[in-house]
Amino acid sequence: MDTENSIILPIKRKAKPQKRITSFFISLFNINKFILRFFKEAFLPPYEFKEIIRQCYEVGVRSFTLISLTGFIVGLIFTKQSRPSLAQFGANSWLPSLVSIAIMRALAPLVTALIAAGKVGSSIGAELGSMRVTEQIDAMEVSGTKPFKFLVCTRVLATTLTIPILATYTGLIGLLGGFINVYTNEGTTYRTYMQQVFDPLTFVDFTASLIKSIVFGFTIGIVGCYQGYYSTKGTEGVGKAANGAVVTAMFLIFIEEIVIVQISSWFR
Amino acid sequence: MDKGKAPIDYTNAVITIKGLKKSFDDQHVLRGIDLELYQGENLVVLGRSGTGKSVLIKIISGLLKADKGHVEVLGKDIDKITDKELQELRIRIGFSFQNSALYDSMTVRKNLEFPLVRNRRNITRPEIDNAVETVLDAVGLGKTINQMPAELSGGQRKRIGIARTLILNPEIMLYDEPTAGLDPITCIEINELINEVQHRYKTSSIIITHDMTCAKSTGDRIAMLLDGQFQRQGSFEEVFKTNDERVKPFFDYNFIQ
Repeated sequence: MDTENSIILPIKRKAKPQKRITSFFISLFNINKFILRFFKEAFLPPYEFKEIIRQCYEVGVRSFTLISLTGFIVGLIFTKQSRPSLAQFGANSWLPSLVSIAIMRALAPLVTALIAAGKVGSSIGAELGSMRVTEQIDAMEVSGTKPFKFLVCTRVLATTLTIPILATYTGLIGLLGGFINVYTNEGTTYRTYMQQVFDPLTFVDFTASLIKSIVFGFTIGIVGCYQGYYSTKGTEGVGKAANGAVVTAMFLIFIEEIVIVQISSWFR
Repeated sequence: MDKGKAPIDYTNAVITIKGLKKSFDDQHVLRGIDLELYQGENLVVLGRSGTGKSVLIKIISGLLKADKGHVEVLGKDIDKITDKELQELRIRIGFSFQNSALYDSMTVRKNLEFPLVRNRRNITRPEIDNAVETVLDAVGLGKTINQMPAELSGGQRKRIGIARTLILNPEIMLYDEPTAGLDPITCIEINELINEVQHRYKTSSIIITHDMTCAKSTGDRIAMLLDGQFQRQGSFEEVFKTNDERVKPFFDYNFIQ
């Protein structure tokens, strides 16, 4: 009997505080079960390589324009807003270093993850949610196929693989935004700017950023899939799944950011 | 009543259900179902909305778990088999959903290929194409192969849904409201298709419906589900030859008497 699909339903939202606490722990138990199932199924054959590549493409394309624009503006604005403070100490020449540390260590992974949570997470939640309420997931189940592997594992792997690439891209675009501001105000050449940008960055910075992006990508995928895969109550449930995917993923991303920053600071 | 169907083997039950019970919170939906489906038989399950007809076939296919009782499908106890065995068993059962449940991001071809390529990993491209063409031919919709589900009519969607189950050559077919929401002409076509499937693929079927025309034209046996139990079973004439006020309105309404 396929018991893996069954989850314990959380208590309704209008319930008393103690019941809501119980509900929180039930949800926590369910999502842990979901994550364990992902690790159990994702790395066992048969593999859905084609679908993973298609999902990677979807994740990349869905967020590319917004990420390009946001990354560029973040770099430009951050440089512009930091200048007056540095100018007070006559430290304008430190601007590229400051921009690179801020963007590569923190802003690029965080901004990418938040945008992807909004664009990709909600779309995953809504897509799987509507597949659930229109019985498409049940149809896969009864035809002897493995919907969890095809729908969930592929999407989670796609976000986990693609978000780090997008975060690196956001970082580079952000540095470009910073360069344009520095070039127009200080006349710094591209070569000098790049030298100053990469000088303060260490191996720990790159590694921490990469790990952060991988964790964020996994979070966006798993939360979106969980919300969609177990959505109920028809079209209302689809909306809730999409909304829940964004809100929960963003909340978790901020918590993970704090934890990873703390851990990486021990290695510096 | 000969409808061009394959003969029924009353010595071979493909589904055996004993004392099946199922509740959702405090709502007791199935209160002790006993049922046998024989090889080659079309069994129609009739009943009002919310009486647990769909729940019954979802339990048979392993989508829902029974609270109590024994469900044996093709010799396997559905409650005691492993996930792998359940997956293998499901290949032998076709499930046609009420809303067809076509994968709306895939073309008709991809919809049909999906279960096939995932259950027969070594299948070649010509074999896949041949299987797709065969089932599309069986449901009479060869021209829709490259269309998206959104471009199909309700009747066409039902047919493609049936074709998707047929591609795995099932031994049992479970139809959930096959004629719901369709015009009378399309209903007749779907009823003919159900009989054609039974004849061509030698399947045994459970047909869940409210539609008496469907029940009459497809069912070898009718089972009336009332208050969570089968209250009447037999041929169409036997079931409706009654003054039972819970049964008569079905017949009267559908045949406008």
